[in-house]
Amino acid sequence: MNWDLLFQLVVNGIIVGALYGVVAMSFVLIYKASQVVNFAQGEFLLIGAWACWWLLTTYQMPFVWGFLITLAFMMAFGVILQIVVLRPMIGEPIISVIMVTIGLSIFFQALMKWMFGVFAKPFPPIFETQSVSVFGLQVQTVYLMSLIISVIIMAGFGYFFKFSKMGLAMRATAFNQQVAQSLGISVRNVFALSWAISAMVSAVAGVVVGTVNGVSSALSFFGIKVFPAVILGGLDSIVGAVIGGLIVGLLENVAHFFDSQFLNWGNMYEIAPFYVLIIILMIKPYGLFGTKDIERV
Amino acid sequence: MTTLIPCGDFKTNYSADTTIFPTATSRNMVILGIAVLCLAPLVMDRYLLSLLIQIGYLGIAALGLNILVGFTGQISIGHAAFFGFGAFSSAWLVSNFNVPVFFAIPLAGVMTTAVGMVFGLPAARLKGLYLAIATLAAQFILQDFFARASWFSGGVAGTLTEPFSIFGFTFDTDESYFYVVLAYVVVMYILGTNLMRTRDGRALVAVRDHYLSAEMMGINLTKYRTLSFGISAFYAGIGGALYAHYLQFVSVEGFTILFSIQFLGMIIIGGLGSIMGSLMGTAFMVLLPESMQWLTDALAGSAIDRALDLSNSLAFLREMAIGAVIILFLIFEPDGLAHRWHQVKAYWKLYPFSH
Repeated sequence: MNWDLLFQLVVNGIIVGALYGVVAMSFVLIYKASQVVNFAQGEFLLIGAWACWWLLTTYQMPFVWGFLITLAFMMAFGVILQIVVLRPMIGEPIISVIMVTIGLSIFFQALMKWMFGVFAKPFPPIFETQSVSVFGLQVQTVYLMSLIISVIIMAGFGYFFKFSKMGLAMRATAFNQQVAQSLGISVRNVFALSWAISAMVSAVAGVVVGTVNGVSSALSFFGIKVFPAVILGGLDSIVGAVIGGLIVGLLENVAHFFDSQFLNWGNMYEIAPFYVLIIILMIKPYGLFGTKDIERV
Repeated sequence: MTTLIPCGDFKTNYSADTTIFPTATSRNMVILGIAVLCLAPLVMDRYLLSLLIQIGYLGIAALGLNILVGFTGQISIGHAAFFGFGAFSSAWLVSNFNVPVFFAIPLAGVMTTAVGMVFGLPAARLKGLYLAIATLAAQFILQDFFARASWFSGGVAGTLTEPFSIFGFTFDTDESYFYVVLAYVVVMYILGTNLMRTRDGRALVAVRDHYLSAEMMGINLTKYRTLSFGISAFYAGIGGALYAHYLQFVSVEGFTILFSIQFLGMIIIGGLGSIMGSLMGTAFMVLLPESMQWLTDALAGSAIDRALDLSNSLAFLREMAIGAVIILFLIFEPDGLAHRWHQVKAYWKLYPFSH
């Protein structure tokens, strides 16, 4: 047993898992508010990362400004997407809504490849020190920052839903659209806002991953990794999304460890979450924290 | 049988209601259509013929997906993986057990059915979105299996397979293989049409329309949900096997999630829950990238070409077109081409009155 490697991988797992958790939260946000499953979540990361990269390299902006403009752009993008594409789909069967987001996902992925090419491009360096030592372990600064940002976003979500007026309106809409509407909540605004926030938060995750690995289409794989995370945690639970993300991140890395030490199969890292996904769906289909919907006829 | 149906529903018994061909003319038109298709190899060049063959084997798989999605109401995002499994298992049967290709194709369908049922097991408990994600997992697990199991699929190198042959005659050209695919398309589409006229087929539709009512009427939900996965995988397997013996080479890279989404695109464009729509949608989806190629060739050297660098970005433009077409159809034409075709027919039948 190589304990150092295991420890390193567990730390990596928590950091990556926190990012999965952030993306899973933005996925759950859309699902909770508007009952839409967004298969294009990974493309939100991709678009956000490319937008920030473009601002930083083409206009030589300082990182803070480029980042803020990216967030504003992604907010507008989320709202426009919701109004133009998702609003006509209200009331359509779930298959159609899923397919529309799948269509969006391939469209934007191809568009990004067309505009920026297929090869990964490195982000301009943001921090002066490359890595810091934590408990005798070299951790990249970006990773440490990403963990901090993830925790801030998670706390922000918690505050938003618990105390802010709009957050309460969102929870009410998620609970019962008709009642919420009759209480004077604009359901349309809630839908649009949930897409805007989701796009913004995904873009943050996209920029963080982009600064570590460079920006490329591989980023959108985060959108697929989100599914094991949200199913594990329960589709409509924000807390579940965070915990599911952490579990998937840890699982990947621990599977990678066992693979490299004992099995030597090759790509357990990529595939292990999907085996777990199937097992979870078989034994506990609504996940750890999901609401089991009971249908009355 | 008369040659015209009166306007309105005047059917008095069940057999008249569920008949495949309502009039003698419609039956004769189908027979004529197949006869004309039989002449295609004589007049078409190899390129057009290869497109027709593609429409054939993809259309079979698309019909399978339509039975699952359109008729039973369960979404699957892993159809390409089952298509690939059919291709690999047919090649595996031929090369390892010396099974003649003639028998290997249906056997590959049976093997794929078994795999489809296994991955369809979550369908016994899940529906809608949860199921979609379970099939997503199936897609990745099978893809990983193809890459790793070199005893089965030849690993990353892919596997070679033999051409279709019967009674010593080998169908190794486009002209001859066209007839094999055509025969399979006719048989599989007749099977599909007839399935929907049986008790089992109607049970599938009942599961889609209202699963609780269906269960109360005594339909075993678990059985029919798993069954529809099996049927859909069977069609995918047959389609995949035909593909394997057409190209005579199967490689792992082909069966990605994008391909699965293309299958979903085919049935959405053609029309969910329409047998002929599956074929129309497949034709649309096969011809769409080709027509973009033609468009690019036509625009070569023009200002648009220079501005967008069409020839180098064609691959991306094709992918974008697939995504855009799926979105546009869902927003503006959710019932697909089959619905539009019905409207055209109704227009001519009812002319000059619109109702």
